[in-house]
Amino acid sequence: MKSTNRTALKELTLTHASTGRFLLDTSIRIPLCTHDPASRLRRGVSVYSDTNVFIRTRSQISTVIALLALDGIAKRMIICPPDISDKQIPRLFEVAESNTIVSDADIDTSQYPQQLGQMRTSRNIDTEWVLFTSGTSGFPKLVLHTLSGLMAPIHGHSLTHAVWSTFYDIRRYGGLQILLRALVGNGSIVLSDSGESVSAFLSRLGIAGVTHISGTPSHWRRVLMTGSAKLIAPAYIRLSGEMPGQDILDRLQATYPNARIGHAFASTEAGVVFTVNDGQEGFPASLLAKTGTFPIIRIKNNSLCVRSDATARRYIGKEMPPIADSNGFVDTGDIVKRAGERYVFVGRREGVVNIGGQKVHPEEVEAAINRHPAVAASRVWARSSPITGMLIAADVSLTPRADRTRPDFAAIRSEIITTCRAYLAPHKVPVQIYEVEEIPILNSGKIERRHA
Amino acid sequence: MEIRTIILEMMAKIAQQQKKPLAPLRDELELMDSGLDSLCIAILVAELEDEFGIDPLSSTVDHSFPVTIGDFIKLYENEIH
Repeated sequence: MKSTNRTALKELTLTHASTGRFLLDTSIRIPLCTHDPASRLRRGVSVYSDTNVFIRTRSQISTVIALLALDGIAKRMIICPPDISDKQIPRLFEVAESNTIVSDADIDTSQYPQQLGQMRTSRNIDTEWVLFTSGTSGFPKLVLHTLSGLMAPIHGHSLTHAVWSTFYDIRRYGGLQILLRALVGNGSIVLSDSGESVSAFLSRLGIAGVTHISGTPSHWRRVLMTGSAKLIAPAYIRLSGEMPGQDILDRLQATYPNARIGHAFASTEAGVVFTVNDGQEGFPASLLAKTGTFPIIRIKNNSLCVRSDATARRYIGKEMPPIADSNGFVDTGDIVKRAGERYVFVGRREGVVNIGGQKVHPEEVEAAINRHPAVAASRVWARSSPITGMLIAADVSLTPRADRTRPDFAAIRSEIITTCRAYLAPHKVPVQIYEVEEIPILNSGKIERRHA
Repeated sequence: MEIRTIILEMMAKIAQQQKKPLAPLRDELELMDSGLDSLCIAILVAELEDEFGIDPLSSTVDHSFPVTIGDFIKLYENEIH
């Protein structure tokens, strides 16, 4: 940790003098220019000097205030996402070497080591920002970033009067990127609330006049299913977290003809690697030819490997593997394939299923299913079979019709299979297709994978 | 509906979906001569598991694989009753 002439997040946020900036959630609107929203917390904030602060708040806005107050002062800020259970906290607290907890709820602190609270005078140290991976199972990994790394993908001019929002929680990498863009880019941000329906959130976003908004493809599929999609008219739509297929990019452009639509390739560990803004799925193969400047992209064993200044420093904890290899490349585990002048995403390496000795990525099958215009979202899974070992099955939710009549699923089912046969090898075509109301998604905004 | 009827209708449906010509179904007919290939039978077992909540082919160790359609139906009838 070094003391530098680095500018703290608070300074970056509040130097802009334009009026009307705000932080907004379901109950509070905090102006961002007239006074420092973190001033209350900062009274006596020096007790946090050189401490590792575990930020565990009920509301997102409390975490924002803590980040503004503590960046440059705390040694380390551990940003705890909302879906971490109370049971997991003591262990995470220990792994993160925390000695203080910041909360907006009454918590039982007896089980945590007492804070040391020594007064220190250091200011504007390079605070470590610790994010959690959105692993679907097991214990989350703790990923150490710095503010400069988190801000590395953010360039260009400030967007005065931009009203940002995200379907992500800002305590996750994807959401934090949007928060930082709003704060340092002279804009405002509207925060989501986990207890709020998609329609209610869209309505709030419409009233707040959202201009820039991000989410996963699954988040966006939900938006298009609500019938409330037209409550917002954003100028910029951003997708990340999952690989968007061509169908969702086209559907969003059709719904929001005036919006610029980009998809970012990012992960908690690798950071934002690049953004594609041409409305086409995948990314241009020419990105691989670039040398010398960040990011550098390589394909190794069909997996996307990247080297960039947005990459996290390391995992926290004992016996954790390095994030990058000795050449500084992070293997993202995203499998890609060349298609003409582009690379398109096929699926995640760890999600691959084996059908009679042949590999199938659920995502590539979903991309084929989602081409059917009546399909709103799909989830492909492998089902064990005493005859063939595994079978490909798919859950499909249909786009609601304006007149609320139910489409004939049997007919759609056979059309889906016809579509799949046109785009996929025979062993990848789903043999069982179930109609479901909704495809479940996790707090991270990604499809909840089914293991059966 | 009778278990037998459900199974026979399911076989016809799967044959149609998988575009396989189905032989006239009799109890003595061997499954492998019915026109359904092993993928179709795998689908059949999965669909029947959805229908009845059981998969007798996976759940019992000592069953030898049913050879005829009659054996196959009996396996489900015995398991359910």
